[in-house]
Amino acid sequence: MSKEMAAGPVEKLRAEELRKSFGTVEVLKGVSLAAKSGDVIAMIGSSGSGKSTVLRCLNLLEKPNAGRIIVSGEELRLVPDRRGELDAEDPLQLQRMRARLAMVFQQFNLWGHMTALENVIEAPIRVLGLSRAEAVARAEHYLARVGVSHRKDAYPSHMSGGEQQRVAIARALAMEPEVMLFDEPTSALDPELVGEVLRVMRSLAEEGRTMLVVTHEMGFAREVASRVIFLHRGVIEEEGPPAEILSNPRSERLQSFLANSLK
Amino acid sequence: MIDWALIAESWPLYLNGLKISLILMAISVSASFLLSVPLAIARVSRNPWLSKPVFLYTYVIRGTPLLVQLYMIYFGLAQFEWLRESMAWPLFRNAWFCAWLAFALNSTAYTTEILAGALRQTPSGELEAARSLGMSTATIYTRILLPSAIRRALPQYGNELVMVMHATSIASAVTIVELTRTARDVYYNHLAPFEAFGLVAVFYFVITFALVGLVKLLEGRFLRHLRPMSIPSKAA
Repeated sequence: MSKEMAAGPVEKLRAEELRKSFGTVEVLKGVSLAAKSGDVIAMIGSSGSGKSTVLRCLNLLEKPNAGRIIVSGEELRLVPDRRGELDAEDPLQLQRMRARLAMVFQQFNLWGHMTALENVIEAPIRVLGLSRAEAVARAEHYLARVGVSHRKDAYPSHMSGGEQQRVAIARALAMEPEVMLFDEPTSALDPELVGEVLRVMRSLAEEGRTMLVVTHEMGFAREVASRVIFLHRGVIEEEGPPAEILSNPRSERLQSFLANSLK
Repeated sequence: MIDWALIAESWPLYLNGLKISLILMAISVSASFLLSVPLAIARVSRNPWLSKPVFLYTYVIRGTPLLVQLYMIYFGLAQFEWLRESMAWPLFRNAWFCAWLAFALNSTAYTTEILAGALRQTPSGELEAARSLGMSTATIYTRILLPSAIRRALPQYGNELVMVMHATSIASAVTIVELTRTARDVYYNHLAPFEAFGLVAVFYFVITFALVGLVKLLEGRFLRHLRPMSIPSKAA
């Protein structure tokens, strides 16, 4: 349920012709995508299709070999390094753009030596320059938002996977990013903990947040996403509204993928 | 039988020796800690121009006995005329400076390796998370990498502190009257080896346990996040 402004939704993120090779294997063969304000884009595909790599190229955790990345109209300036991969020309611009594209990881990746609250206030203080008091107020707001306020003084290793992932979502939210990137956020969770994380993500989508979600949860893609992208062997095979894509897949590959992922 | 009167009489000498040993240890480990943080960062660097020289340094130091290193600095260097005529000579003529230098350089090598090992154990996901939120390299080092690595290194670093404490006895070889030298003097003067060395052993034993206790306290404070909880974690 995206909030359409009178002037039409603003484009938040665009990637053009992303290419990425690992050694001699080309895993992305020119992937383009665009997210407008309020879009929830679900990226699906079998493992090895390159969907996580797309996400990780958007914030340069992987350096693409070619392509353009534009966040809210600002293009990330890229220059080839010695190995022919594209690196940020200006590290400060990259840091600024990363702060606007907060990411949630499959393995949560909370900082182990910090409590939940400390995890959430760290980047707002160090990257956005908030005062500690402002950051704490913000962190408490978002920890409550994802339902883990009662665990704010706990260390990651003392929390369940679902709690850790919700803290990680609060950590991303506290950056008040323009786009949230989710990299298989429920894949490392025990089945009974998947629901609590999906509920949080669904409510974020309903708030109108712009989200790019790599996922295996077809139910989530069907019910929450505004658009579904099916990636196969490094190219976008099909994309469109979930009802269309998931109910009437045109390509054989998507048909067989959906047949195999039905639960 | 044990000569308790001798022990009582030489007690003040031992207390003075203890003070010297503790000062030697304190100035050595302070210097080695400060030096080993940047060296450990260089040691784990992907740039061979940074990592190889540090490796060579720790390899050479760890491969030779501390006593030999101390002899090299105190006696060996004095052979060179250019050093004797240089501004640095008053320092290298001084047993305290030489002992401090030898202990600091030696302990730096071991501490660097301990810290480098802890840095390498940083989960790569924690680094990616820091980068993905826009942190600069300097922030990642000061807020994520070093705090977590130093905590992880604490138990091993505790051992290193004990080793340095014991190693201060080597300073007795260059005229510094620390605990071991005090014991030797008492032995020479009274020919009571059991009392002289037995008492010094008790001193070292007590300091060692105090150090171990101190490190345990620090671990309790800084390694809470690694302690198992009674509630089983559901983390994958």
